Amino acid sequence: MGTLSVLHDGDVLLLRPAGDWTLDTARTLDPVVRDVRLSGKTAIVADLTDLNALDTAGAWILCRIMRRAREEGVTSITIRNASADHQTLLASIAAIDQKVAPDQTVRQPLKDGLARIGQTVAGIWQDTLDVSSLTGQVMVGLVRGLLGRGRIRIAAIVNQLERTGLSAVPIIALMSFLIGGIIAQQGAFQLRYFGAELFVVDLVGILVLREVGVLLTAIMIAGRSGSAFTAEIGSMKMREEIDALRVMGVDPVEVLVTPRLVGLVIALPLLTLISDLAGLFGAGMMTWVYSGLSPQIFIDRLQEAVVLDTFLVGIIKAPFMGLIIGLIACSEGMRTVGSAESLGRQTTISVVKAIFMVIVVDGLFAIFFGFAGY
Amino acid sequence: MSTEETSSATRTPLNGHDSAQPVVLSVRGLRVGFGTRDILKSLDLDLHQGEILGVVGASGTGKSVLLRTIIGLNDRQAGEVSVFGEVLDPARRTGGRGNVERRWGVLFQHGALISSLTVKQNIQIPMREHLALPKALMDELAMLKLQLVGLPEDAANKMPSELSGGMIKRASLARALALDPELVFLDEPTSGLDPIGAAAFDDLIVKLRDTLGLTVFMVTHDLGSLEAACDRIAVLVDGKVLVTGAMDAMKQVDHPWVRDYFYGVRARHLSG
Repeated sequence: MGTLSVLHDGDVLLLRPAGDWTLDTARTLDPVVRDVRLSGKTAIVADLTDLNALDTAGAWILCRIMRRAREEGVTSITIRNASADHQTLLASIAAIDQKVAPDQTVRQPLKDGLARIGQTVAGIWQDTLDVSSLTGQVMVGLVRGLLGRGRIRIAAIVNQLERTGLSAVPIIALMSFLIGGIIAQQGAFQLRYFGAELFVVDLVGILVLREVGVLLTAIMIAGRSGSAFTAEIGSMKMREEIDALRVMGVDPVEVLVTPRLVGLVIALPLLTLISDLAGLFGAGMMTWVYSGLSPQIFIDRLQEAVVLDTFLVGIIKAPFMGLIIGLIACSEGMRTVGSAESLGRQTTISVVKAIFMVIVVDGLFAIFFGFAGY
Repeated sequence: MSTEETSSATRTPLNGHDSAQPVVLSVRGLRVGFGTRDILKSLDLDLHQGEILGVVGASGTGKSVLLRTIIGLNDRQAGEVSVFGEVLDPARRTGGRGNVERRWGVLFQHGALISSLTVKQNIQIPMREHLALPKALMDELAMLKLQLVGLPEDAANKMPSELSGGMIKRASLARALALDPELVFLDEPTSGLDPIGAAAFDDLIVKLRDTLGLTVFMVTHDLGSLEAACDRIAVLVDGKVLVTGAMDAMKQVDHPWVRDYFYGVRARHLSG
């Protein structure tokens, strides 16, 4: 327990702190000491006879009232009967000329809101510049490599192919199998009303090959590899590893970005092919179970419903999706600064932005193919 | 439990090692190994109240492992660690001890400031966690600690990524001191600082010991720190404490590593 007894003796204020003045008692002492009235006093005497334990918090509270007294014009301030320890501590705390730095968060709703809109617009423009500049650097690096004036790191590309391509096969196959099956099952239920259950094969075939296969793959890869790229490059950026590469004369884009991008551009069409096959397989299984269409009938119908173009329209989009995911992930990684929080934020932004752009680009392709008549 | 009572009640500033002072930290028969390799083999060590103990040893002899094991971050295979007279149970993880953690502070080698919080918020973490203080008082105390370790007040609202290496060490020390601990662990406090900054840091630690009555356990490589700040030096060789004593006593020790360390080129340079 810590207490303070205050004695008003004419012009003199006598303070007798007693017990423990520590962090544990600070909560009760703080308001008591703040409320001590100093008006009309010319002298303060603090008698520390009964003071038991004192730590920096208690010393600060004591020093604070002395300081306040001095500001209010009290001329004589004495401390009596302080033990040697307490005296040292009080002296060192009193020596600190504390100014409390104001919190820098002054809110101005209108101005802050406008500023945020401005920052977002400028950010979009900056994004465009960053991604274009990264594309340019990668292209220049690749062309130089092909002309024999730079290096194309085959080993790094193969490594990336394994990490982003091969190891993603099981999850993509499984997911596409399930989605293909679900579309087939739902389609069969609806088409049954029209007695056109056989056309579920057309529905699934076209949908999976043109859209679903490539979209599912791209979204999965954006979440799986895009986040990994951002986190890897971002944490290298945080630990100055990228700066280290640069000063050793190694181009970080060539070493870190190009292999990842090339890997994705190669891996995505291959994964899309797997996704297409798995989706159709799932649909075949489901129509067999729910609609009693034998695999033979399914395949025959599929050959009539689907032409090579259907497949090509889907797969042609895959390399572009890979490029978009890679570029966004790497440029967001490069933007990481300082803190762990920043790394987390960039990773989130990278995945969200990549998935959004994948869908936007898919829409643009759909419009284009619509006009082109495919 | 008598040790605990005395250690919290009296806070005598000491100007030198005094074995009459109560033992704050005691390590007995400590064995720590990773895989099949034992880093520490049956290590004994005592730390008396109010002293600054410097732990030295070649790289890889387990200085940091010793520190991390004492504060409960590493598992130990055998031995006993008691702090403030209380035996620390290895099965209970750091984070559950509460009472002991309020009474010690740790300065990690790289500062370990939480990067998403400002310096002031970092200093206030232990206060928020263990005490219910009014915000105004917490702000005042955080600023006080900040200035106690010699940081300018405008550092309070900076993020750790905006600080220099020396400032990170100081801010981290301020956080370690947030709850007025009795025992402070410092892991290479002067590494990465320039000699002037390192000397200032040594002075700061001695000054804090004298005013706050701290007991300090310091892992260091820095001969300057050993000379300027430490009352007693413990030399780790082969997973054991080879010898403890003051700087002068170290120069009498007849062991190749100790001789090289205290009489090496850098040591000669220091002694002029």
